[in-house]
Amino acid sequence: MKAVVVGAGPAGIRAVEQLVRAGVTPIWIDEAPDGGGRITQRPPAGFSRGASALYGADSGRARRLHATLDALKPRTDWRPDTLVWNIRPEDRVLHTLTNGAAQDEVQYDALILCTGAMDRVLPLPGWTLPGVTSLGGAQVALKSQGVGVGANPVLIGTGPLLWLTALQYAKAGAKPAAVLDTTDLLTKARFGAGMLWNLPTLLRGMGLYAQLKLRGVKLYEDITPLAIEGVNGVTAVHWRDAAWKEHVTPCDAVAMGWGLKPEAQLADLAGVPFDYDGTQQNWVPRKDAAGRSPVAGVYLAGDGAGIGGVDVAELGGARAALALLADAHLPSDMALTHHLDGRLRTERRFRAALEQAFPYPARLAARMDDSTSVCRCEVITAGELRRAAAADAPEMNRAKAFSRVGMGRCQGRLCGTPAAAVLARELQVEVPEVGRLRGQPPVKPVPLQQVD
Amino acid sequence: MTATRLVDQDRPALIFRVDGVEVPAKQGDTLLTAMLTAGLGHVRTSEFGDGGRAGFCWMGACQDCWVVVAGQGVRRACTTLVEPGIEVIRR
Repeated sequence: MKAVVVGAGPAGIRAVEQLVRAGVTPIWIDEAPDGGGRITQRPPAGFSRGASALYGADSGRARRLHATLDALKPRTDWRPDTLVWNIRPEDRVLHTLTNGAAQDEVQYDALILCTGAMDRVLPLPGWTLPGVTSLGGAQVALKSQGVGVGANPVLIGTGPLLWLTALQYAKAGAKPAAVLDTTDLLTKARFGAGMLWNLPTLLRGMGLYAQLKLRGVKLYEDITPLAIEGVNGVTAVHWRDAAWKEHVTPCDAVAMGWGLKPEAQLADLAGVPFDYDGTQQNWVPRKDAAGRSPVAGVYLAGDGAGIGGVDVAELGGARAALALLADAHLPSDMALTHHLDGRLRTERRFRAALEQAFPYPARLAARMDDSTSVCRCEVITAGELRRAAAADAPEMNRAKAFSRVGMGRCQGRLCGTPAAAVLARELQVEVPEVGRLRGQPPVKPVPLQQVD
Repeated sequence: MTATRLVDQDRPALIFRVDGVEVPAKQGDTLLTAMLTAGLGHVRTSEFGDGGRAGFCWMGACQDCWVVVAGQGVRRACTTLVEPGIEVIRR
């Protein structure tokens, strides 16, 4: 039984834990030099902050995950610094690259993909300026490096991460110039009741908001971001408030993020079909409630399998491993399986409410100015994409071929969501109808001499 | 842009070089952190004439912080730790 787990974040750690418990020794791969994933990412050697300072309310979780991670490493074939850049599903082979240099092929009978997520963005005029980062990036900078992307950043977006990042910056001594939320209070309040399915998390979110207010951080709801100003770096953000009054807020950096999108490129290469999830406004790889994909031997867990947050990642990682064990007729913990299924059902209700309370502003993306770079890799404007639509591109991959949107080195990770909104509006169809950018190997650039 | 050192900065200092010029850094910095906190402003120049870039995602996904490290080739500045004496070339 050759089991491979890709990813050592919360989902990967809990998946490996169940495999090892059942006597399986998986190959365990992570692209980073250490496990922990993003939310419980560990700084490099030499940093001294303790878990409380690093992870705040998640410090207990971080300690538990790291202890499990460290205990599991010697009981697996642990391969850090290793990128899986291609999958040949017909041969059940992964192509890996270690330390950017050592090429390998890894055989699997069963594969659990726990590949995580990244920020979903809204391109704005000026968003390619130095000093503009993703919200998650701003958080990683502080968590893993102890630096702020600026001393007076403006944070734009929506969702709990917006408030959390702002508060973390304020606590670390930065002075956020403003927190600009594109969602109106009514929408948040409307779906607040659904978030009672996870009361502690709801209370934490409300606590973040209250603490920001107490610290005097300026919070604005229902705003429209207009442009980021600067020449060689960010100097201000132009935005419009709920009453359509325009503001210019001086700042030295901008962090932007509207929820997360799955890093599901490997699931795509493994042959897993995708469905559009209208609640989370993301394309997600298909799986059953246990994490089985329709492709035999391929299992999915964590945010890479559809955004669920860290609780779902831990539960789903364990659940997918138990599904793998059951399918392989190996001993699996039935009581735990039932417990996880119950918890996951509850969490799904919470998550649905959360996603609706903090929606991606597709309407703003769809209406972005012709001159705005929707694709920052290749610097393709929304106008160029609209011209491609006019030249008979009924879906994203055709539009990519015509306009080069999504053809750059990030492979559409950033522009995929907003470009689909632009294309759909231009074609006067719903967003799911324009499809999604297909994953292509290598999922991240690898040196040419490393490609056979 | 100038990234700002906020917390956990009591680490040994070191020197590396960017485009031939000595730049101070701290052990445990990524190249991105070191270059941006040193005030270099950007880590690469866009091939499409729209100016400097200083990364975006800080987590190895967007590929917008590529630099050349002598002897290693193209590296993401956000996922590469600085080492004493290494030579970084901006493109």
